[in-house]
Amino acid sequence: MSMIAARNIHKSFQSQDVLKGVDLDIGKGETVVLLGASGSGKSTLLRCLNFLEMPTSGEVCLDGKRVGTPDAGGRMRYSETELCQLRQRVGMVFQQFNLFPHLTVEWNVMIAQRKVLGRSEAQARERARYYLEKVGLAEKINEYPARLSGGQQQRVAIARSLAMEPDVMLFDEATSALDPELVGEVLQTMKNLSGEGMTMLIVTHELGFAYNVAHRIVFLHEGTIIEEGTPDEILVHPKSERTKAFLRGHTVFRLPQPEETA
Amino acid sequence: MTYKWDFSFLWNYRHVLAEGLLNTVYLSLTVLACGLVLGAVLAAARISRFATLRAVGSVYVELFRNVPALVLLFWFFYTIPVLTGIQNGRFLTAAVAFSLYSGAYFCEILRGGIQSIDRGQWEASIALGMTFRTVFGSIILPQAIRRTLPALTNEAIEVFKISAVAATIAYPDALYQAKLISDTEYRPVEVYTVIAVLLTAIILVLSGLSYALEYKFSKSN
Repeated sequence: MSMIAARNIHKSFQSQDVLKGVDLDIGKGETVVLLGASGSGKSTLLRCLNFLEMPTSGEVCLDGKRVGTPDAGGRMRYSETELCQLRQRVGMVFQQFNLFPHLTVEWNVMIAQRKVLGRSEAQARERARYYLEKVGLAEKINEYPARLSGGQQQRVAIARSLAMEPDVMLFDEATSALDPELVGEVLQTMKNLSGEGMTMLIVTHELGFAYNVAHRIVFLHEGTIIEEGTPDEILVHPKSERTKAFLRGHTVFRLPQPEETA
Repeated sequence: MTYKWDFSFLWNYRHVLAEGLLNTVYLSLTVLACGLVLGAVLAAARISRFATLRAVGSVYVELFRNVPALVLLFWFFYTIPVLTGIQNGRFLTAAVAFSLYSGAYFCEILRGGIQSIDRGQWEASIALGMTFRTVFGSIILPQAIRRTLPALTNEAIEVFKISAVAATIAYPDALYQAKLISDTEYRPVEVYTVIAVLLTAIILVLSGLSYALEYKFSKSN
């Protein structure tokens, strides 16, 4: 059974249809990478799964349970309590990190544990240290975010989400705002997480990461899934013309491999 | 200029002056606290997704920002007893009138600060499962206060100065006590000079605290 699922999700902004009926199932422990050109609706789909955007129609199911209840007209209605509960179980990491600048690293990871989960300060601190250790930033607990590099900030953001002990993690272009030399440390953290069996949906442009880490790749074009399969099927042997064109755009320039130059 | 300054007689009135200054500080701090809380609640209303709350917030601000503080004070002091038959004390009347007045200003300062906070802060908090109240109180408002500290300090100083208006309804603040002494001794020059210096000194302490706070906050930016 799927951990999180989208059923026929539509999303329109004013007159523009961004998602045109997306179905997606992510199994427990599965790592799925979402690819697509800019404007294809990847981020919107991700944001519909934790209701940062309200789907215009369609359903989201978490662990087999549908979120929201339809009213008499068939429109889904969501209570704030229900959405807050869902979001506790679905973590999200953003392109711009969005750490809380007025709090230390430790409190960034503690605050939601305190205010949302109601954990004691000692327990929240213990969990914060555990997860900061996990992302390799135990020595930064008393720093403010502004003192950290982008890669470190993003790893704190990952720890902040993990501290809620979510069932699913969503990554919205988590490395796109980073200097190239900092991308690796964040991708490595994500890879470790995947290896530990976290259920993950990742929007990224790092094709190498997608190839090596994803169990499944989904290609989105103009609000519709047009191809999905294993990394090998999508990245090496794509069938759809759209996918081929997208991959060509990403591999115009690449480094020669040692055996090719020999 | 033949006036001969003589401050010595004021020593006999030191307790009267001290009482006046204490009353000024007491009234000002009360108004400051109430005005800030009121301002924060109003600012939350003004950015609410509910149109009714937004409307209430803006009507409030336009009303209480535009009525002169003195008119507001007189209104509460002279019309409430007529309308309700209840004569409230001078302290309560002044505290209520000035809190309502400064609340409108604090609201607008905080609203500006709140709206300058990046949308990502809201999104990250909401994505962690926080309710509007928690996001507002724990994440957005503390940052907005840090950002608007110079403007908030301005308004806090304004509150201190406006508190002197309460002397017009015979609230025994520093100014009122000064007037009492001046009327008894017929030496307004010394009394009002001393009171001006003392009030300025108190406000300087306040600004000093604000700078210290700004410095402390700057470490997180």
